[in-house]
Amino acid sequence: MIKLENITKEYITDAGPVKALNGIDLSIPDGEIIAITGQSGSGKSSLMNVIGCLDSPTSGRYFIDTADIGSLSDFQLSRLRGKIFGFIFQSYNLLPRLTALEQVELPLIYQKDPNRRIKAATALAMLGLAERIYHTPNQLSGGEQQRVAIARSIVINPKIILADEPTGALDTKTSTEVMDILIKLAKEQGITIVLVTHEPHIASLAERQIKMSDGNITEDSYTKNNGLVS
Amino acid sequence: MSLFDGFLTAFKAISANGLRSFLTMLGLLIGVGSVIILISIGQGTQAGIKEEITNLGTDLLFISPGSSSEAGVRGRRGSARTLFAEDVLAIREANLPGVEAAAPQLNIGNAQAIVGPLNQEIDLVGTDSDYLKVRNLSLSEGSFISSKDVSSGSLYMVLGSNIANALFPEENPIGKTIRTSFFNGRISFNFKVIGVLLPTGGESVQDDYVFIPVSSAQKRLKGLQNISGKTIINQITIKTSPNIDQETVSEFITEFLKRHHQVDEPDFTVTSQTQLLETVNEIGTTISLLLGSIAGISLFVGGIGVMNIMLVSVTERTREIGIRRAIGATGPDIALQFLIEALALSILGGIAGILIGITGSTLLNGYQIADTPLITIITPWSIILAFTVASFVGIVSGLYPAWRASLLDPITALRNQ
Repeated sequence: MIKLENITKEYITDAGPVKALNGIDLSIPDGEIIAITGQSGSGKSSLMNVIGCLDSPTSGRYFIDTADIGSLSDFQLSRLRGKIFGFIFQSYNLLPRLTALEQVELPLIYQKDPNRRIKAATALAMLGLAERIYHTPNQLSGGEQQRVAIARSIVINPKIILADEPTGALDTKTSTEVMDILIKLAKEQGITIVLVTHEPHIASLAERQIKMSDGNITEDSYTKNNGLVS
Repeated sequence: MSLFDGFLTAFKAISANGLRSFLTMLGLLIGVGSVIILISIGQGTQAGIKEEITNLGTDLLFISPGSSSEAGVRGRRGSARTLFAEDVLAIREANLPGVEAAAPQLNIGNAQAIVGPLNQEIDLVGTDSDYLKVRNLSLSEGSFISSKDVSSGSLYMVLGSNIANALFPEENPIGKTIRTSFFNGRISFNFKVIGVLLPTGGESVQDDYVFIPVSSAQKRLKGLQNISGKTIINQITIKTSPNIDQETVSEFITEFLKRHHQVDEPDFTVTSQTQLLETVNEIGTTISLLLGSIAGISLFVGGIGVMNIMLVSVTERTREIGIRRAIGATGPDIALQFLIEALALSILGGIAGILIGITGSTLLNGYQIADTPLITIITPWSIILAFTVASFVGIVSGLYPAWRASLLDPITALRNQ
């Protein structure tokens, strides 16, 4: 359960302070697939960064289950990210020199997991990349790279996956495939997915959609979609 | 992140930028290599000097004029005129325990030997018959200076082997006359060669000396005369009995000469071979450390190179840092990663430097410089020192870049393209 209470976020720019989040109240139950949509500059990325513990809110309170995130140090936030959050980015954000296997092992290195190699290989196999584990990003297609990124996010058994425009760099067919896999895995493992997208057909795959504008949530609706890709 | 994973990550990053990593290491490589080479030269030179001193015989005591305990301003050691040839005779007559032989030594430099067209600058040593015994020298031909030659102040000469070869390359020097001029040619005498010494076999200065009776020069050269008529000398060399405590013999001699000179405080200094060796050791170590520290400067410069590249690396890999932070790396994890990378660079540079240093020292050993072979001795402590300093430099130069990397905000780092 994610619970945001009156979260604000202000950035200091050369032109003065800019309010990216303007008192957000939001609860996301475990296992929910929620899409955040909105124009660029609407605050959706800021919201995702706050939820993902990459950024601290200027004011307001943030709870994951019963834990008060606002009281955690940078060190504790890093550890928390490594344990419960999986991140998927538009530009995949794989490290250029590492093989797929090493990419997926990376989060487990920081947790000193002795079984990381097996776990990483298993995650890659689940994403249909068993034959690609020794490939580096430049030897993989865009869809494959994003699947490596998904493997990297699920290898830690995350509670929440944050996907920031996960299909932004993919064609329609690949987008559908990638989303299909992601949602299927989330449903199987009960992972919450927070999906930031500006593509309506991707957003419509989620059970719940919130729309943001000028740092406020302007719409919050459940779709009939039960999380299965048509 | 475990240290093992840290080193693995570091070596990947280092090999990914092969040329740049090599150039960065070069500074430390040269630093470590030159520290080892220069210290090996220092140590080798020291050992060479020690060997020369030991070759003189380990059983020698040297008495020089002037006191080391005298207060106030003193002249250069050996400059005081308080030691006389007569002291040598007194020491011999006294039959001091532990004293086998004693020989005076008067050094007269700046003399020219002229034989036909040949003109050679020579170092004259005024001495007497005991000199051969004291210095372990042997004659190849003729005879050495006798007591009679000393008492009569004869114009006889005994040549060191190098001088004999230089002045008489093709003939037997015995019986030949050498015209010898002093004080830039103002005074000249004709000396008759009565003997030639065997080469010592080492790099000894004895081969370059020309020996004359200690009294001869002063009987004839006004500048060297003493008003009392005594023969001034620069040094008395004492040969002590084998396996005897030199300190005790040194005390006997000091007490005896004090009484003989009728002084309360010694107006002379007795130095043993052991003391000389100690002094050489001290000087040698100082020279080695000095050479080492000069080379150490390049280690420092190498460290700056490492820091520079690490700062560039942190900037280049900002996005990587962001990704690692997002997937769970803490600030200290990131700092450790870059610190280990700097350390790994330095250690690799250090190891390469040790190899270069050992190879260089080995190649330089025996290399002729001004007709003298260079001696190099590689000491384990120089290798350990150089390597430790290189590693230390690596850590220090990695600290600041690592700290900067750990402070990067994950979001800013992720946004970086």
